[in-house]
Amino acid sequence: MNALYLAFSYLRYNWARSLVLVLVAALIMFVPIATQTLLSTSERALLARGEATPLLLGSRGSQLDLTMAALYFSEERPDPVAMREVETVWDSGLGVPIPVHTAFSSGGFRIVGTTLDYFDFRNLDTASGRGLSVLGDAVIGSDVAETLGKGVGDTLVSAPENLFDLDGVYPLEMPIVGVLAPTNTPDDQAIFVDIKTAWVIQGIGHGHENVVTADEVAAGSSVLANAAVVQYQRITEDNIESFHFHGSQDDFPASAVIVVPNDTRSSTVLKGRYLDSELPTQLIEPAGVIQGLVDRIFRIKSLLDVVTAIIAIAAAAAVGLAVFLSYRLRAREIATAVKLGAQKGMVLRLLAAETFTLLLVAGSIAAIGATIVSRNAEAWVGWLLALGT
Amino acid sequence: MVRVENLTFGYSADGFRLRIPEFSLADSERLAVVGPSGSGKTTLLNLIAGILSPESGTIEVAGTVVSRLSDAKRRRFRASQIGFVFQDFALLDYLSARQNIFYPYRVTPALTLDVAAKDRAEKLATACGIGDKLDRHPSALSQGEQQRVAICRALVTQPKLILSDEATGNLDPESKGRILDLLFEQAAEAGAAVLAVTHDHELLPRFERVLDFAQFREGIQV
Repeated sequence: MNALYLAFSYLRYNWARSLVLVLVAALIMFVPIATQTLLSTSERALLARGEATPLLLGSRGSQLDLTMAALYFSEERPDPVAMREVETVWDSGLGVPIPVHTAFSSGGFRIVGTTLDYFDFRNLDTASGRGLSVLGDAVIGSDVAETLGKGVGDTLVSAPENLFDLDGVYPLEMPIVGVLAPTNTPDDQAIFVDIKTAWVIQGIGHGHENVVTADEVAAGSSVLANAAVVQYQRITEDNIESFHFHGSQDDFPASAVIVVPNDTRSSTVLKGRYLDSELPTQLIEPAGVIQGLVDRIFRIKSLLDVVTAIIAIAAAAAVGLAVFLSYRLRAREIATAVKLGAQKGMVLRLLAAETFTLLLVAGSIAAIGATIVSRNAEAWVGWLLALGT
Repeated sequence: MVRVENLTFGYSADGFRLRIPEFSLADSERLAVVGPSGSGKTTLLNLIAGILSPESGTIEVAGTVVSRLSDAKRRRFRASQIGFVFQDFALLDYLSARQNIFYPYRVTPALTLDVAAKDRAEKLATACGIGDKLDRHPSALSQGEQQRVAICRALVTQPKLILSDEATGNLDPESKGRILDLLFEQAAEAGAAVLAVTHDHELLPRFERVLDFAQFREGIQV
């Protein structure tokens, strides 16, 4: 106890030096633990999203871009896949196709046009409000609600695809009818609308005032007051009937189609149908794509581990040197203790007590930090993964 | 109190050799040891305290032959029977004056820091004029005050012998006499003998006896 008392008194009196040593030692312990926790959580989060999505149908091209766009709503733009592919899967009776359209955004968050099946498939529940029911409705993820400070009753306006998208894609004002419960997945960062609403944003469907023909004007049955036709920028009960789509829905685009096969056999059969590399579409297993990405990341991680180990060794050596120099500086104290009759082991106990106290405090700080990281890892990883979208 | 017979000691590194045929110190006696630098005065203190072991001869302190004790026993004996006062005070800057006085109790299991020891420390500090400064750290005390703390530390364990190594060497001329008188006063009250190494000849009249140490270098007899 005397050794601990003296050690504590020494560390408290030299608090600035002790603080630096404690923080450096705590960092040496904390960084590898936190890194490992975040990386393993990232790996789990990435793989979980991939494993929860059995098959993904899209245009032939980069499988990673397709996966990132459909699962993480990233900015990657795979070539669109025609809606007739959705019908093909339906008609096969081998699984349920869920189209996702991720071309647009609002307030920095991706607008995901899909069908109601998506919400059942991802087990998404509304924390407030209701689900999608009318053209133009929007249901937002929990992070969107928190970041934009919006909730049920507010509205969102879609942004054009890009600054030069001036040829007819009108911004659409969408009422928020529901807010989803948090899931720590990219769904928290998405604005969900019916896929038809996404097509309206894209300009494939629209609503406008009644159009009159020149004959009707000549016959006097209509009067033309203005040549311009007003396009509706908000879908309301009064104008919803005027919204319509031009062309065949089979040709309308989706970014990708999530396919939920009925069983393993159905999955195998479906995959077999898209093996031909001449086909414009491909059917992939996102889990395999994500696993490949994770493997690549973790190959980099092993390099990072070496760098971390080198830094940790250098920092530990610096701490050791500081402690050693501190002991050298205390030679006079040790000599005094010996003259006053200190037992041989006392000096060692005193130095050990100081080192133990330093490591205990540093270890406690590192443990608290590691606990905080561990408890929040899923949320932070979800946020970090969303940063890349 | 102290009896030394046929003592020889040497440092192999520089060829220094000390030889003391006979030397004694009575109970409660105040003896000054003078001599040129390097004559072995501090070495004698370390031999009497059992920090160094003689090559031959006998060192007896308070009836115990220190030179025959094991290292561990010598440490215990030193902690309980001998008080040290150093020229540079040897106070620990990270401890308050009070905790510096208690320091011997912190570093040796031979002593127990009980209520009696705490009362003794308070009384000593009051007697030395630092009773109201016990919570200060050495850096907040004058040199004279620091040496008073060191005197309290040397006496709080109720030793039979006080070894003082240039205790007034770092003090101004006015303080020297006062500090030495204080040391003698408190030692007398505790019934302890004082063996003090000093270079200050003005202080010698305050001692009962003066020992010129130059005679003990090798080859010189008393």
